[in-house]
Amino acid sequence: MNLPLAKVSRVLTFSCVDGPGNRLVLFLQGCNFACLSCHNPHTMTVCNHCGVCVPACPQGALRLVDGKVSHDGQLCDDCDKCLDACPINSNPKVVEMSVGDVLALLKKNKPFLTGITVSGGEATTQLKFIKALFFVIKQSESLKDLTCLIDSNGYLPEHAWLDLLPVTDGVMLDIKAFDTSLHEALTGRPNARTLASARLLHAHGKLEELRFLLVPGKTDRPEEIRSLLQFTKELSADLPLRLNAFQHHGVRGEALEWPVMTEVSVEAIAALLRMGGLNHVTTPAVYL
Amino acid sequence: MPDVRVCFKEITEDPTLSFAQKARALALAAENSLEYPKLDTQTAEALEERVICDMYEGHAPYKPRYVLPDYSVVLTEGSSWLELAPATTLDEAINTLMIAYHHVPSVTNMPVFLGHLDALLLPFCDDVSDEALYSKIKLFWRYLDRVLPDAFMHANIGPTDNRVARTILKVDAELKQVAPNLTFIWDPQLSSEGILALACDCIIECSKPHIANHPIHTAVFGEEGYGIASCYNALPLGGGASTLTRLNLYEVARRSKDTEDFFATVLPHYIELNCQLTEVRIKHLFETSGFFDSFLVKEGWIHKDRFAAMFGVFSMAEAVNLLQEKEGRAGRYGHDDSANALGYRISEALAAAVTARPMAHVWRNRAMLHAQAGLSDDGGCTPGLRIPYGTEPDPVTHVQALAPQHQFYPSGVSDILTLDETVRNNRAALVQLVKGALSLGFREFTANIAHNDLVRVTGYMVRLSDIKRFQQCGGSRINTTVLGAEAAETGDILHRAPRVVAHEFTSR
Ligand code: SF4
Ligand code: SF4
Repeated sequence: MNLPLAKVSRVLTFSCVDGPGNRLVLFLQGCNFACLSCHNPHTMTVCNHCGVCVPACPQGALRLVDGKVSHDGQLCDDCDKCLDACPINSNPKVVEMSVGDVLALLKKNKPFLTGITVSGGEATTQLKFIKALFFVIKQSESLKDLTCLIDSNGYLPEHAWLDLLPVTDGVMLDIKAFDTSLHEALTGRPNARTLASARLLHAHGKLEELRFLLVPGKTDRPEEIRSLLQFTKELSADLPLRLNAFQHHGVRGEALEWPVMTEVSVEAIAALLRMGGLNHVTTPAVYL
Repeated sequence: MPDVRVCFKEITEDPTLSFAQKARALALAAENSLEYPKLDTQTAEALEERVICDMYEGHAPYKPRYVLPDYSVVLTEGSSWLELAPATTLDEAINTLMIAYHHVPSVTNMPVFLGHLDALLLPFCDDVSDEALYSKIKLFWRYLDRVLPDAFMHANIGPTDNRVARTILKVDAELKQVAPNLTFIWDPQLSSEGILALACDCIIECSKPHIANHPIHTAVFGEEGYGIASCYNALPLGGGASTLTRLNLYEVARRSKDTEDFFATVLPHYIELNCQLTEVRIKHLFETSGFFDSFLVKEGWIHKDRFAAMFGVFSMAEAVNLLQEKEGRAGRYGHDDSANALGYRISEALAAAVTARPMAHVWRNRAMLHAQAGLSDDGGCTPGLRIPYGTEPDPVTHVQALAPQHQFYPSGVSDILTLDETVRNNRAALVQLVKGALSLGFREFTANIAHNDLVRVTGYMVRLSDIKRFQQCGGSRINTTVLGAEAAETGDILHRAPRVVAHEFTSR
């Protein structure tokens, strides 16, 4: 059988912001949105091996071998100059991992883990890999108590979700905006699929958390907040809703001109949503 | 004026010290004007060069460094010396403890061990309502912080889930005081998930308590028990530690040609010298000072044969990195498998040597290895076995790199994990990390949460706001602030994630 490989831009063995408990997080490379506000823009695109980043590396850690860029982890000091040099928001440090590689990592870190989260980029662009990985985890005696979560923008169509859900414990879903033209302006795509995904996942008991990024003057407007309240309440007043605050950390391009979201405004919106009847609204622990 | 008098004068006029702090500094200076107990030339030289170190404890040891009384004796039997009847109510029990603490010496002259408070107080709580318990504990806590303001003073609770332990965690999280320091003793068989969660909530609030690994400590100390005192010192209950001396592993590595020379010649040589230093100091305490004629022994609070000798080591990171360089290997301590393996080998050699060498007047006739957390003036040297400030990997990698070390250090080892604030929204992550670390053999788990005002400097707590105030205008109510301020200046602690840098007083 030909098992799929994943393009992984980063692995964390300790994360307390990607679902309940401590989670191993795989950041998969490549996204089907192009959010202006993205704080990990170098995860957006899969590398096309153009080689532009090679001379930008001060450590000589990058080389072109047979038309492919190769990265030497021993020489690299993670200065990220290559990310700045890449014209298409990609990353030459991406590694390919097999299901077996990830299982070995999980086993090594098992005593510390509540579960695994695949994030991105947009995780579901590597659907086959996720499905294979989660399937094997669920079959493994020593790993099956780990919860398997996905971090997603919800662009995945219904039939694909239905294929994935039997091996998935939950999905944390980002909604970028409720007004579809605003959504399109922010992400490059309309939001119908995302909203449909939220409903579908909730109906299957697999919607772990909704996330909403507050951007001043855009998604913090009263009509957006009203839609957010209404939409969440229609699903369930007990659904965990996490408010994120737009900050400049990691952001590139025109979004750097946007003002950042302050703690005071976030807390005010959270209070409004709680007053409106939502029982599980969380706000960021840190602003950076 | 002769030198000592200049020194006395400076102390009496130091505007940053309270009068109690001056009295203590004067006593130490007076003690240090005496001749040091007689050392042979090699030992004296090694001490002079600070390859081995006596923690600047003073020239005439007349009290053990750490005393861990069994307070249940005075609670149930009273004390004829102190004219106390056995306690019959919670008020009497707390009052007896408050009196008892004043008669327990230590290196800082303040008690370093307050007892297993839940086990001590529970028998008196049957008719006490939750509200009454809460308000009595709160007043007790306020008393401890204001009257005995030393963050080395350490209370223990657990492993069972009980009302007193829960109330203490609640009060401690609420008051966020520097003193007392607190350890929750965890045992997967005895501790409930609920109380562990509560302890983790308390860590998120104020970076306390430490979590101690009960099964591992019990394997060392057995039925007669142990306590966690000062910072991360696991010691026999009803006894303590006579002395703490320590070896600077970096200085040992510096004096070695290569790894072979280090293990074959230089390390064994300095281990022996440090043992001799220990013996000389203990001999004075046991044979000259008269300490053990105290009522504490007569009434059975402590036992002369339950005092350990702590054999401390520090600067493992610098030692390993230097030996790696001498071998032409690039890998650094904490990050590289060959460097970590060298670290384990050093610990193994230390443990074997210390266990093989008999010592008089010492619990079980052997010293106990201890990963020493540091002094406030250890500039350039990393405490104990820790990975140097600012280069620590993520918490999980950190724990995995250090866990195999813990088995070699029965009298305690401290690794401080610095966690970022995002953990506040996810207590389950902290619980998981605690369980992971303890299941891998960590003896104690200690975390600092970034941006808490209350942080650890090496094993004791300080308030960052106190340090700032101290640096601006001088003077602090709390003894450890002075140490924290020194540590902040020499140890880089405020530049990075919060942590603790130093231990008891340095001689200034
Ligand atoms: S981060 Fe990129 S540019 Fe920097 S050393 Fe590594 S490969 Fe080179
Ligand atoms: S990472 Fe970017 S710049 Fe480097 S080879 Fe790939 S596409 Fe080109």
